[in-house]
Amino acid sequence: MELLLKTPINDSDRIALKVGDEVLITGTIYTARDAAHQNLVDSLAKSEILPFDLQGQIVYYVGPTPAKPNQAIGSCGPTSSYRMDKFSPILMAEGLKVMIGKGERSIELIEEVKKHQAVYLIAIGGIGALLSKTVKKAEVIAYPELGSEAIRKLEVINFPAIVAIDSRGNSIF
Amino acid sequence: MYKIERQLVIDTIKAMIIEATKTLDKTIVDKLEYAFDKEVNILGKSVLAKIIENQKIAKEENIPLCQDTGVLVCFIEIGRELVFDYDLTEAINRGVSLGYTDGYLRKSIVRHPLNRINTLDNTPAVIHYDFIEGNELVIHLAPKGGGSENMSSLKMLSPADGRDGIINFVLETIKNAGGKPCPPLIVGVGIGGNFEHVAYIAKKALFRPINDQAKVLEDRLLEEELLERINKLNVGPMGLGGITTALAVKVNSAPCHIAALPVAVNLQCHSARKKEVTLVGTIA
Ligand code: SF4
Repeated sequence: MELLLKTPINDSDRIALKVGDEVLITGTIYTARDAAHQNLVDSLAKSEILPFDLQGQIVYYVGPTPAKPNQAIGSCGPTSSYRMDKFSPILMAEGLKVMIGKGERSIELIEEVKKHQAVYLIAIGGIGALLSKTVKKAEVIAYPELGSEAIRKLEVINFPAIVAIDSRGNSIF
Repeated sequence: MYKIERQLVIDTIKAMIIEATKTLDKTIVDKLEYAFDKEVNILGKSVLAKIIENQKIAKEENIPLCQDTGVLVCFIEIGRELVFDYDLTEAINRGVSLGYTDGYLRKSIVRHPLNRINTLDNTPAVIHYDFIEGNELVIHLAPKGGGSENMSSLKMLSPADGRDGIINFVLETIKNAGGKPCPPLIVGVGIGGNFEHVAYIAKKALFRPINDQAKVLEDRLLEEELLERINKLNVGPMGLGGITTALAVKVNSAPCHIAALPVAVNLQCHSARKKEVTLVGTIA
């Protein structure tokens, strides 16, 4: 049975998540992949204000295909998370609590997740058509020049994911 | 002499790309369904169920199977009775540009690896040419995702490393890749040739039908043993454990130097999108 999670996910619900739990997320998530992470981290280094407040938020590593006129978003499955390993600790230090991507992460990253009592979820790679059906609304809120890699605010209903690193630092891999 | 109109090449490539990104071949769906029936790991089974459901949604609702619509790889076989009064590479890339733009597909190609400026139409494709008898142009293409390509690997082994060396390198590559290349995989293995040729034949192996077997006995035996051993690694669907790490292993071999034993492992994710079309020339 999947656990139903509504955003913002409160601390106790997040901390209760265990490796291997299947969840369905409803609410707001933000997209960011390689180039957007670089921009966010560069902004923090210059003490600039970020395009959205990271406190308690969820970031999803995805670069969707373009939406057709009648769609909120195109195909939108996860990209590999390990490429974000050097950026994520900086974002977690700013309050980021949930990351969604695919695949293994570094030992150092697992330690950081534990330190911040954050969680790392995986979505299933290569099922972008199915996942697109859970996205009801998508709005580019930053870096439109990055195209597919721009930051989008998504409204999702029952977005399926699996807990891969829990807040105690247990990893599924 | 025979010819094939430039416009026909463009239209064909465009249509093939749009079709390939939205439909998985039935032979691959059958393999996935068979794997779903056999899988014992609960999470692995749940992943396979969603992969199977995804391809149904993609096909019925005309949505790309995966958001990574890849770098386009083409193997083109040119009948030697054909003549071209235009630049075939240019025509193919024109088809790529139209396919990715009009098909609402993701443009994932940057002009230079360091400046990272997007070409905005997914060109250029990676194109390999070969000659065949007759008056046909055979087009094989595959949008190849970045995740599985990034986890591919090449090593120049010593002849003394032998068969065991090859097997260990393949297993190591797949184990290290874990969930990142989106297993279950199709594993393309090249052995022999030289540095660039071994990568070429490994990629070409991924274009073989999923149910065929290598013609060369040594390669066929390697395919069987590798598939069995890969599926004992417990990587499983999306790296979450289980007995379905690979759907198939394809080994291609080539003659090589007395001092060399090159091996290349090219990984293909479960979103194994590819198409083949044959155009027949008309009298020039
Ligand atoms: S590895 Fe394949 S299935 Fe996974 S995200 Fe890339 S293209 Fe899609």
